[in-house]
Amino acid sequence: MLLPDVLGTYSDAGNALILAQRARWRGVRTRVLDITATTVPPASCDIYLLGGGEDGAQVFAADWLARYPALRHAMSTTAVTLAVCAGLQILGQSMSDRTGHTYSGLGLLDFTTIAGRRRAVGEVLSTCTIPGVGQLTGFENHQGISTTGDDLPPLGWVTRGVGNGTADRSGHRGDGACTGRIIGTYLHGPVLARNPALADHILKQATGQPMPPLDLPDQRAVRRTYLPTRHPTSRGTPATDARISSVDVSQHRGVVDSGSDLAGKTIRRAP
Amino acid sequence: MATARLSQRVGAGGGSIIGGRVTLALDPGALRRLASGREIVLVSGTNGKTTTSHLLAAAMRSTGSVAHNASGSNMPDGAVAALAQDRDARFAVIEVDELYLAVVADAVDPAVIVLLNLSRDQLDRGAEVRSVAAALSAALIRRPRMTVVANADDPMVVWAAAPAHRVTWVSVGSGWSSDTMTCPRCGRSLDTTVKRWQCGCGLARPTASWTARDGAVHTTGRRVAVRLRLPGAFNLGNAVMAIAAAAELGVDPHQAAAALAEIEQIAGRYKIIRHGRHEVRLLLAKNPAGWAETIGLLDEAKALLVVVNARDADGRDTSWLWDVGFEDLRSAAVMACGERAADLGLRLSYADIPHTTVEDPLAALDLLPPGKVDIVANYTAFHQLRRRIGRGIG
Ligand SMILES: [Zn+2]
Repeated sequence: MLLPDVLGTYSDAGNALILAQRARWRGVRTRVLDITATTVPPASCDIYLLGGGEDGAQVFAADWLARYPALRHAMSTTAVTLAVCAGLQILGQSMSDRTGHTYSGLGLLDFTTIAGRRRAVGEVLSTCTIPGVGQLTGFENHQGISTTGDDLPPLGWVTRGVGNGTADRSGHRGDGACTGRIIGTYLHGPVLARNPALADHILKQATGQPMPPLDLPDQRAVRRTYLPTRHPTSRGTPATDARISSVDVSQHRGVVDSGSDLAGKTIRRAP
Repeated sequence: MATARLSQRVGAGGGSIIGGRVTLALDPGALRRLASGREIVLVSGTNGKTTTSHLLAAAMRSTGSVAHNASGSNMPDGAVAALAQDRDARFAVIEVDELYLAVVADAVDPAVIVLLNLSRDQLDRGAEVRSVAAALSAALIRRPRMTVVANADDPMVVWAAAPAHRVTWVSVGSGWSSDTMTCPRCGRSLDTTVKRWQCGCGLARPTASWTARDGAVHTTGRRVAVRLRLPGAFNLGNAVMAIAAAAELGVDPHQAAAALAEIEQIAGRYKIIRHGRHEVRLLLAKNPAGWAETIGLLDEAKALLVVVNARDADGRDTSWLWDVGFEDLRSAAVMACGERAADLGLRLSYADIPHTTVEDPLAALDLLPPGKVDIVANYTAFHQLRRRIGRGIG
């Protein structure tokens, strides 16, 4: 986790916890390092995470990262990086603030950001460009309008919300950016809490190992909360519809579940 | 009462926060007329403003009559309602939402502003903490006769309050810091130790003239014991802010401390309620800073029910749950409830906390064995619960 002390405004540090737990539950040992501004960042990590932050913090973070070429090299050649919001903008070519002042980014992505007139705040849905990941859900809160280079796909095609705020030639609107090694997005939530398939994609890439399915009842409920339902809503149905799920951690810690209910109690009581 | 009607209209329970609205919907002249001729204290900050304004109102009542928006309705309409209801009160203690503090201060010309803390709360209301602090700072500079009673331990508060003409610094000794690890002035990472913080640009923790420590307030060689019925170090800090503010208006610290010792609940918070087979204590925590203080208050022998909503008044984004140290929960049983029960349940799963997820908090309560239960709810969830189980209290 790079600069949790500087880019820690939007709870994106949760992404580190999620990756670590999902790896541990599959028996993969992990260590999360909080690399604060006073530390020299190691170039040997498997995964780097960058979160969102306010404008001043973003400029500080960009300067800080530029001081460590070994880190930059690792991000472009050996590691997998997840960068969110301000973190994403920093990895691009440049970003301009509301006064028109332009700052250079790390140049790892062909991605350019200017300040928009209005803040984009709210739920986002997109279809992920990484095969098998499916729909992405998240909460955006930013003022950046970003353009991706012709050869750089976004992380997702936006179906709700703003994302990058620009469209490609055929009018499709993207969110974030995605190369083989760097995944960038405007989605908070944190993004990996809402999108476990993206978390497992990152783990697969970083470890070279398959990540067997892992079922958390609350995870399914979260996906139901934020993704559009395929079926008509079951409002007004009797007391069997809603859900109670119990999670006994001792049961699921380290256990790979093949998709069945972890604790299958299902009761609902209308409020 | 006007407050109640307005609150109902915006659907925010006992309060009325409307996304991003920072202009006065009401005639600012009404607020100005109602305020004129009395001594007004505004209490603002992200956490603790309801508690601190209750404590301060109690301290002020030991010298004279006080108008107070006791319901915690902290929008300008709440201020109008409180002032209109108690037209003859010599003092007014008004809790104000931090986004509205600048406009309300301009309208009522307060004698004192109490600035508790500024941290992240409902970022999706469209304001970054730093921009809120900058707007506040500008409002403080406009009022040369006013005293700001400000928290010296919070870098964002110090950055906002330091340019004011008269500042009384208070050290509340609070632990939460992770929002303010960068300098509000220059964006550099702050050099922090337990007692002090400073930045290379010169912004540093000022010397406090009031300090909360070991169950007492220390000021200019005096030590005044503060015996609270309210739990936690956080409430001692709130009490010391209240005592320092009361002193600005001539109330002796001993007299103020004695008045605070009587208070055992704040608008339903901390109050113990009998509900069916359960003895329930209601607590409010609506952001990571509030939770950092609340976890230490929980009784490990009790079951815990956490209730999380994500309405406009709560903030629509539930990301903040991931900055709460739920890993430290030691409660006998944990229930994840509220309209965002699933988000909370997921967070608890990753924290390795065994729990049961049930949307309806009262259904969850029914599932718990008889006995004592702590309930921690965020803003609208708390007000829903008060209506459902807390009738007649506060
Ligand atoms: Zn500084």
